[in-house]
Amino acid sequence: MPSLDDLRKRITSVKSTQKITKAMKMVAAAKLRRAQEMAEKGRPYSDKMNLIIQNLSRSINDPANAPKLLIGTGEDKTHLCIVMTADRGLCGGFNTNICKLAKNYFNKIIKESKNLKIITVGTKGHDQLKRDYNKYIIKKISLKDKKKISFQDAESIGKEIVKLFQNNEFDKCIIFFNKFKNVMTQIPQVHQVIPAKNDSDQKEDQPSSYEYEPEEEEILEDLLPKNISTQIYKGFLENSASEQGSRMTAMDNATRNAGDLVEKLTINYNRSRQAAITKELIEIISGAESL
Amino acid sequence: MSEKFSLEIISPENILIKDQVSSAIIPAFEGEMTILPDHVSLITFLRPGIVKFTGSKEAEYFLEEGIVEFSKNSLILLSSTVLDVKKLTKEKIAKMIDDCKSQLSKNDIDDKISYMISHKTEVLTRIN
Repeated sequence: MPSLDDLRKRITSVKSTQKITKAMKMVAAAKLRRAQEMAEKGRPYSDKMNLIIQNLSRSINDPANAPKLLIGTGEDKTHLCIVMTADRGLCGGFNTNICKLAKNYFNKIIKESKNLKIITVGTKGHDQLKRDYNKYIIKKISLKDKKKISFQDAESIGKEIVKLFQNNEFDKCIIFFNKFKNVMTQIPQVHQVIPAKNDSDQKEDQPSSYEYEPEEEEILEDLLPKNISTQIYKGFLENSASEQGSRMTAMDNATRNAGDLVEKLTINYNRSRQAAITKELIEIISGAESL
Repeated sequence: MSEKFSLEIISPENILIKDQVSSAIIPAFEGEMTILPDHVSLITFLRPGIVKFTGSKEAEYFLEEGIVEFSKNSLILLSSTVLDVKKLTKEKIAKMIDDCKSQLSKNDIDDKISYMISHKTEVLTRIN
């Protein structure tokens, strides 16, 4: 049984923790609104870009000559995985969820004895992955000191990836990020960016009657690297919204738990205080009786 | 025949402009292009230049690169560098021109990039 003094100390300590988590929740809520707005505003760009690429790839007549970024190298040996996580912790299962998904994928690839290359974006992901997969990590990118991620940041990463691809460093490129659904739920996503062509949506709509200037291939040549940057930027936006949402829920839970704990401790405290009083009374009464 | 068509300029961060316009001049890769309502469906990309259109009011924007799609009377411009010409100051333009010149003076750039940059310089000098 802890003494009264101990209980009192514990209550104050839990209360001050509660204050911190509450403040963090408020901050996350404010940041979330901004991040969510940005994610929503950024969607039209990537959606339209995707639409144009789909239109273009449908109208390519000679698949053998199509840009490699679209159809791939034809091989499936080396996979480049880009794992996007946050730079800060204390946001619930946010980082762990991405890493779990990524690890599953890594194990599958290693089992099939394919080559694996990893680029981590964000320090938390790197911390979690470096223990088991350190030898596969070829680069880590940290955007810790950036307050706001601009398109230029995404572009520079995109360019690097394209350069690696042109040097035949990998055949497939996959990005992992959390898609923001709502404040409570974030869905970890696997998204393949290279090759851009998706085998699953082979639905043939009406043949597009676009006029291209210059030729389709030339436009694609220009468009595909941009598309990669756009996808990465989209990942960033979704991720930052998810991070804040996740942190907000986690901190909300923490605040509530702290409240519960304070309540329990207070009851305990009162009980032991009463017990002490009763004990003292019994002592006095029995002392008086024995006289 | 519809007299106007919708124009959207979208950057990765935002939808910058959404307007009904009667005509738009865009700096397509192979030369300037005027888009009027009921233009044939088209996909092309841009070189550095000025987009000019007459909507609720006349406006000009400087774009460094971008992709254009026109279909069913809606023109969509995707670009990551969009600058309002009216808000550009002389010093800013002069600095951009200097940047271009220093890039051009390097020898290791290929023809396409040098074409783009020299074009950018030309356009910037004209509006300066």
